[in-house]
Amino acid sequence: MKGLLRYAITRILLTIPMIFILLTVVFLVLRVMPGDPVSAMLGAHAPERVIEEKKEELGLNKPIIIQYFEYLGQLARFDLGESMVLKQKVTDPIKEKLPATIELTLWGMFFTLAIGVPLGAYAANKRRTGRDFGIRLYGNVAYCIPVYWMGLMMQLVFGVWLKWLPIAGRTSPRIMSSLFSNTGFYLIDTLLAGNLRAFGDVAVHLLLPSLTLGIVLSGVFVRLTRANMLDVLKSDFILAARARGVSEKLVVYKHGLKNAFIPILTMLGLQFAILLAGAVLTETTFSWPGMGRLLMERIYLRDYPTVQGVIVVFAIMVSVISLLVDLLYAAVDPRVKY
Amino acid sequence: MNKTEKKNTPVVEARFSPASLLRKIIGSVSKAHKTYGLEWWIMIAGIVIVLFMLYMAFFPQTIAPFSALDQDTGPQLSAPDKTHIFGTDNLKRDVFSRVVFGSRTILGVAFSAALLSSIIGIPLGLFSGYFGGALDRILSLIMDSIYSFPGLILAIAFAAMLGPGVINITLAVSVIYIPTYFRLVRGQVLTLKEELYVEAAHSIGAPNIIILIKYIFPNVIATVVVVFSLNIADAIMTEAALSYIGLGLPAGIPDWGMDIAIGKSFLPSGVWWMITFPGLAIILLALGFTMLGEGLAEILNPRLLEK
Repeated sequence: MKGLLRYAITRILLTIPMIFILLTVVFLVLRVMPGDPVSAMLGAHAPERVIEEKKEELGLNKPIIIQYFEYLGQLARFDLGESMVLKQKVTDPIKEKLPATIELTLWGMFFTLAIGVPLGAYAANKRRTGRDFGIRLYGNVAYCIPVYWMGLMMQLVFGVWLKWLPIAGRTSPRIMSSLFSNTGFYLIDTLLAGNLRAFGDVAVHLLLPSLTLGIVLSGVFVRLTRANMLDVLKSDFILAARARGVSEKLVVYKHGLKNAFIPILTMLGLQFAILLAGAVLTETTFSWPGMGRLLMERIYLRDYPTVQGVIVVFAIMVSVISLLVDLLYAAVDPRVKY
Repeated sequence: MNKTEKKNTPVVEARFSPASLLRKIIGSVSKAHKTYGLEWWIMIAGIVIVLFMLYMAFFPQTIAPFSALDQDTGPQLSAPDKTHIFGTDNLKRDVFSRVVFGSRTILGVAFSAALLSSIIGIPLGLFSGYFGGALDRILSLIMDSIYSFPGLILAIAFAAMLGPGVINITLAVSVIYIPTYFRLVRGQVLTLKEELYVEAAHSIGAPNIIILIKYIFPNVIATVVVVFSLNIADAIMTEAALSYIGLGLPAGIPDWGMDIAIGKSFLPSGVWWMITFPGLAIILLALGFTMLGEGLAEILNPRLLEK
């Protein structure tokens, strides 16, 4: 237990420079690189004086190093600044959109695991057969499918041709938006309100985008689960279980899968970054009002403070998730000690 | 794998000449179909796809019946038929010809981006791993942080700042893959620099730079080749994604991602051909490089196969 605690503290301390570096990279990309947000926003033909005034107002005329410390100081106070285009704080739209992205990401992750892990385990069990080859092929192809294309295909089949599922948004227009003021997680909100009709509507809207994410990302997990299962199935305790006469199904799917799960868990942390990137693309495809769409909308509006704010939130999310996964991993696997 | 073969392909080779390296790669690859079976055929399939796409990119006129920008090839938004095997788009352009010409853009960008990130990432990894010290620790921390961040989102930020254009999109894509090469090469150098022949080189007074170039770098190449191929597949996906969300290229350049984005608005009226075919092309191209890379990985690095 003491080792675990020490590991946890070291790992948490290591997250701080990581977040710091990511914040610096974001700053470098958005402020130091060529391309000046103010002239970009006002257009190339804006008079010099107007541009200078706007720069002054936004504090972009100060030396870059001062700007950098101001930026870090702001972030330390959880302040992301003011939008350049709309009269609002950057944190306002983010608070509103973040739950949508998290909801989509979590369900995407659910489908990823629900598809990827069983398929991978099955393939490992039937290794070097036609079925194994088929599943591996699926894994490789799924990895190469652009997630937005998959989304469009799903829309085409289930929305346009079969007309089973809605293809855009989080709810139908007739659902009252006042239902969703509690948490912003629509599934939870509708349940809390006890409105099952609205719950169904939200679930149906969530299905296609999260299934799309799940299918595309399951490819990695098919391969990963298969590789880990192959390793585990070779170990002595599997042999011992077989020798004791434990049924083959139980050996593979209980003893085997349980032990193959630890590396899968680590991978989940790494995949979370890919999942977020996938969510940005899925959101643009399904008009899902989340962080990804906010990012793209504000890029077109050239609202750089908001763009910066969204990316900063992404950076912090990724660091925190990878921290949590590592801690969970250490708690599950007694071999991890520092 | 039998013993004699192990002797022919030593894990580390002390002396470096391009010819011997090429011989080694060709030698192990050409012998491979006997040892590897399925992996061999996966690689061959990858090579065939890649070569086909390269042909398409270099000689599009020989395949495409129309020009990619020709706005008078037939009726508007017509479904696939004999003259237009992939149909036509909203501007009466031939979708098949656009797919053929589009291969140029995506291959060009993906290849140059992968090349650029390897040119930056490999030397950094070599130096960082070999010399160690504070610089190594700082570089590693920076690279690890960038590596952990969603690459596409970083590329979006870059592309948004740089504006559209072929060179800008290449830069945006290449930046996010530098850590991949850095981490790979650095990790290998850490092991390689403990090898006896490196110590021997030290003891006869070889300067560090010679040791790096002549003794360590050649042993990294095999892995780099594999990762380069997989990296192109990733870069293809990133390029297509960037141009799909409208951050990639100015209008007028045929591009698969952009064509999907245009086709998206006609999807609700049932126009499936404008998105289906460019998407399939992306999958095929990315799959080709993935298969090539994975086949090479199993063949060039037999230790992976022991799993």
